Amino acid sequence: MATAFQKVYTTISQITKATCSLKARGVGYDELATINGKLAQVVKIMGDEVTLQVFEGTAGIPTDAEVIFLGKSPSLKVSEQLAGRFFNAYGNPIDGGPEIEGREVEIGGPSVNPVRRKQPSELIATGIAGIDLNNTLVSGQKIPFFADPDQPFNEVMAMVAMRAKADKIILGGMGMTNDDYYFFRNTFSNAGALDRIISFINTTEDPAVERLLIPDMALTAAEYFAVEKHETVLVLLTDMTSYADSLSIVSNRMDQIPSKDSMPGSLYSDLAKIYEKAAQFPESAGGGSITIIAVTTLSGGDITHAVPDNTGYITEGQLYLRRDSDVGKVVVDPFRSLSRLKQLVAGKKTRKDHSQVMNAAIRLYADAANAKTKLENGFDLTDYDDRCLDFAKDYASRILAIDVNLNTDEMLDVTWELFRKYFKLEEVNIKKEFTDIYWK
Amino acid sequence: MTKGTVSGVIANMVTLRVDGPVRQGEICYITTGGDRLMAEVIKVLGQDVYVQVFESTRGLKVGAEAEFVGHMLEVQLGPGMLSKNYDGLQNDLDKMEGVFLKRGQYTEPLDADSMWDFTPLAKVGDTVQASDWLGQVIENSQKLKIMAPFQMEGTATVKSIVPAGQYKIHDVIAVLVDEKGNEISVNMIQRWPVKIPMTQYKHKPRPFKLLETGVRTIDTFNPIVEGGTGFIPGPFGTGKTVLQHAISKQAEADIVIIAACGERANEVVEIFTEFPELIDPHTGRKLMERTIIIANTSNMPVAAREASVYTAMTMAEYYRAMGLRVLLMADSTSRWAQALREMSNRMEELPGPDAFPMDLGALVANFYGRAGYVFLNNGEAGSITFLGTVSPAGGNLKEPVTENTKKVARCFYALEQDRADKKRYPAVNPIDSYSKYLEYPEFAEYIGKHINDQWIPKVLNLKTRMLRGKEIAEQINILGDDGVPVEYHVTFWKSEIIDYVILQQDAFDEVDAVTPLERQEEILNLVTTICDKEYDFETFQDVIDYFKKMINLCKQMNYSPFKSEQYSDFKRQVEEMLNA
Repeated sequence: MATAFQKVYTTISQITKATCSLKARGVGYDELATINGKLAQVVKIMGDEVTLQVFEGTAGIPTDAEVIFLGKSPSLKVSEQLAGRFFNAYGNPIDGGPEIEGREVEIGGPSVNPVRRKQPSELIATGIAGIDLNNTLVSGQKIPFFADPDQPFNEVMAMVAMRAKADKIILGGMGMTNDDYYFFRNTFSNAGALDRIISFINTTEDPAVERLLIPDMALTAAEYFAVEKHETVLVLLTDMTSYADSLSIVSNRMDQIPSKDSMPGSLYSDLAKIYEKAAQFPESAGGGSITIIAVTTLSGGDITHAVPDNTGYITEGQLYLRRDSDVGKVVVDPFRSLSRLKQLVAGKKTRKDHSQVMNAAIRLYADAANAKTKLENGFDLTDYDDRCLDFAKDYASRILAIDVNLNTDEMLDVTWELFRKYFKLEEVNIKKEFTDIYWK
Repeated sequence: MTKGTVSGVIANMVTLRVDGPVRQGEICYITTGGDRLMAEVIKVLGQDVYVQVFESTRGLKVGAEAEFVGHMLEVQLGPGMLSKNYDGLQNDLDKMEGVFLKRGQYTEPLDADSMWDFTPLAKVGDTVQASDWLGQVIENSQKLKIMAPFQMEGTATVKSIVPAGQYKIHDVIAVLVDEKGNEISVNMIQRWPVKIPMTQYKHKPRPFKLLETGVRTIDTFNPIVEGGTGFIPGPFGTGKTVLQHAISKQAEADIVIIAACGERANEVVEIFTEFPELIDPHTGRKLMERTIIIANTSNMPVAAREASVYTAMTMAEYYRAMGLRVLLMADSTSRWAQALREMSNRMEELPGPDAFPMDLGALVANFYGRAGYVFLNNGEAGSITFLGTVSPAGGNLKEPVTENTKKVARCFYALEQDRADKKRYPAVNPIDSYSKYLEYPEFAEYIGKHINDQWIPKVLNLKTRMLRGKEIAEQINILGDDGVPVEYHVTFWKSEIIDYVILQQDAFDEVDAVTPLERQEEILNLVTTICDKEYDFETFQDVIDYFKKMINLCKQMNYSPFKSEQYSDFKRQVEEMLNA
């Protein structure tokens, strides 16, 4: 790897679990180096003492290892050739195919000037009512699933990806099990969609610190297709909690003072840098968009943990899965899920009654939940309570369940049908202008 | 000027070796690979100076050169700032080239070539102090003052002033002679270090004037005043941003400054996109004309996040000195606190609670202290109303930023997860939230004079009913619908009427989004009448049916244009129900 002009250093003065330090000059911050062939990055410079973070760990590195500085930060070669390929965290192919030829771009590049962004306005239809009706997705949005590890989030995400009309789907897998990696691979190839998919994979078998590169790799590829090719790009990141865990490993080894839940104090900014890459580019720049759907696994549903908590403040909503015990199906939880951008399309790109119908249905579904609590506590139910409970069952099985595939008009029509079946006009609290049309 | 060379780099904290004097907070520029990176001194140790760099330090090497500029972080103040989009360091974002923000790209905040229609207000021989008005220009129908230099000490005499006419911001419009006989040339530009409060006013009384926001849960229930302070803590997803945007759209202010501090870029884009289209309900002009946006979104450099709130506050003080009513919103102050935490951590300072720096409380207090209603030297009044949001970690209000803010802000709008889950928006908790201004005799006097003297007693009556309703809801939950007397249900449903009709408001409905004071008065009176009436029901089911019907009618009223036929029709139906 060394070329004639590169200086080789051979004296390492300090080795910790994750870092090596040595005396070197003319080194740039963030620069890459190899230590006996292992990739490392400059994380601290103090005078002539340089500290390197070794991605795959320092096990086996001797004090006389060969250190070569590469004069560049981590980068990815971008071109159309990326499509259909699988890569590791360094952007090297892992599918046995040829190396990519293309322009070399440093990953983790600059942010989009906010005044050059366009307000997201294109609906991304998924056919899942828990999303399209209650929490509509919009291109340029960033939204995670908050899910416990046992929930079928990867399956739902793959379903969303296959149904959404995107030019490119970029999968960033962090700490993914080998089984899940094969699940995605098979799902994509069975759908005949492999040619529009690009994957950057770090499995549980790979070093944990390497996965810190995955989101930036995936998003660098995404920016190439969205900004230069003006394509609609959907980026799937799973699982961001493993990413954050790696951040905490690194900060711990760098002796930083941990803040909440042993996470580094910079967690918010670290996550925001990734999620904010989601953008809708204006027509004046040729269009194109990056939409991010991520997964943040929770521990026992605890959303106050630093990772989901910071994520919630960054992303434009969050989706929760839940098993509805009355109908025995997985639903997108209408109470806790939220898409912050839905009002940009609800009633504008969809039928005008969308918002009001959605809110009324959720309110009635909440009344059903209250009635259920009453029932469980042994109280008598009113007639209204009974009707709410019946409504909730129908609503869960015909609308909310994730195996339902409808367009938004059909979702609205079914909901109106359920309203009429179970309620009086004044119980639904919907504007007269809509009840005049749809309450028939 | 002092020069330095880079001796160490850890992320955006850089150490420099310097060859001369530097001051705390001084700005310097570090040259790397053709880029000039702006940085601010945060610590001095002998010849080693620690600076925080406002940009990415990727590729920065030991030995890179730095040049100090001799002053702290400053903003340029002058005509031409309204409707601009700045970053946290006052770079004009629209002047930047390309889709991406390039490192080391700085742009001029003011336009040097624009002509302004100047009218003198002072005349030769007048004695003036710092920030006294010398003349006036009009920007977007707003009368902006050209003032005596803020830094000036003591008094000065106007030696000359230009006649009315067209001038550029760099043109000298007046010459002053200070007490020592030095001549001071004055143009339209002022410079001011953002971390230093501007205090060139006569005095700062307790604020007393209601600031109308059109949001019922604020104006009616927990009013904010001109020159008041408030904060909005809330877990994510409870509607902080929607509420802030509603206030910034509707509030009766002359200037609105929005500091988007470490929040989502798309929220700023929403303002860029919508405000130029929306009409200010008070003046009929475009909303954007009175708005300035300071955008340091969460992916922009962290160090500039702290600067962004100070930049915004300094601009607010500049307009206040002109006798204008300024509304300043910062979303979110927690991100600013986190930026402080990151740097304190890198400097290896001993941490305070939750690893925040120990002086967090003092910083927050000083910042809120810069807001207020003031009387200027010439007797005119100006105000800065400050509303900050707080993003408490895990939604837990027992965390340092919320606790420290609660000590200084006078209004508390607690957004609540439970209300948001039930889609009761705005999710401001009616029991925990408060406005200290309701207790101010100055405020009561003002309301008595401008609305009516029954307003505050009625509000307090409804607040008590909300509390009682909550207590009874808990009892009904424990004892069951049948387990409590029917009157309990009446009390509970009276609180639901208040909640549904006054507190809940649809920010996305054209009519319901804004409720002018006159309309709020009518709703308050109507709901008070409904609540004060004695009812006699047989069963709790009758209570529920009656009040649900009443709520539905009142809500339809809220959705109808004020005093329209439709509105009167629903109102008549409500009255019929009341008199039945």
